[in-house]
Amino acid sequence: MSAHADAEEHFAGSNRLFISVWVWLLLLTGFEVFLGYIRLPVIYMLVILMGASIIKAALIVAYFMHLRFERLNLVLTIVPALVICICLLLVFFPDSFRAKDLRYSGPPPPAAEK
Amino acid sequence: MATEAQALAGDWGGGVHPYRVGHRKLGMWLFIMSDSLTFSALLMGYAYLRASNVWPEPFKFYPSIVFSSVMTLVLLSSSLTMVMAVSASARRDKSRARLWIIATALLGLTFIILHSIEWNHLISEGLRPFQLPQEWVEKWPGSTPLFGATFFGITGMHMFHVFTGCIYLFVVAARVNKLKHEDVEISGLYWHFVDLVWMFVFPMIYLLSVYPRK
Repeated sequence: MSAHADAEEHFAGSNRLFISVWVWLLLLTGFEVFLGYIRLPVIYMLVILMGASIIKAALIVAYFMHLRFERLNLVLTIVPALVICICLLLVFFPDSFRAKDLRYSGPPPPAAEK
Repeated sequence: MATEAQALAGDWGGGVHPYRVGHRKLGMWLFIMSDSLTFSALLMGYAYLRASNVWPEPFKFYPSIVFSSVMTLVLLSSSLTMVMAVSASARRDKSRARLWIIATALLGLTFIILHSIEWNHLISEGLRPFQLPQEWVEKWPGSTPLFGATFFGITGMHMFHVFTGCIYLFVVAARVNKLKHEDVEISGLYWHFVDLVWMFVFPMIYLLSVYPRK
């Protein structure tokens, strides 16, 4: 038994599963490209594209990077810390709208007097 | 209760792996965490600049979107071949694992070549890190010249990761007989991470800036 355990490492997930994950990733990518060509307002585009990308990232992390089959300890160490740090990065984002509002958008200034 | 306490002491009392992974794999996970923060910060900086400026939307269906979509396909397929490599390595089928790893690295090189061609299209149009082509300035008046800085900065950083990943994979392929299964798996983690980053770069950089039809 132990010789057998030594000969083969445990690696959960079948080729069939990985191929179906790959197909899903391709379908989501196709959907994203399609979305680029129906001109939605940029805010909807951003939300849908980011949603699709987060699903894709989750599929890659869970199945290709095998995190779904790792111990819950490891998942809880990696995922929440990362999500919180990335959310913290968002804190300064609203300042960009202030910066845009500071931009002069009136009529062009009169030509300087000679 | 006693058994639970024993189990906890068993896990955290030292001398075992509480995460059930080796220290190398844990190290790669920590590296991936820090690297994903690097890319998050770059993309956040890009989003900030984009929201606070007039932003060009220059990516035409051909060549840019076609090339970047094919690049996405190539990178996703390379992730699949990498999974096959890890799966073969788990079965101790070292020679097949080596072939799959080499296939992955070759797909990575294909990505770099396609991306270089795509960069070349934009550079020949006149895009520079701190300067827009004259045609773009006329089409999107007042747009920021930092477009090029974010574009070349983010995609260049990603391409650098793909490049180092290819070197890493070729080294792993060459030494696969000496390496443990977990080492192959760790190289897979890095490669999938590079793929994962592109899943954010591609929509944010390319798909949000497709050239308006009409």
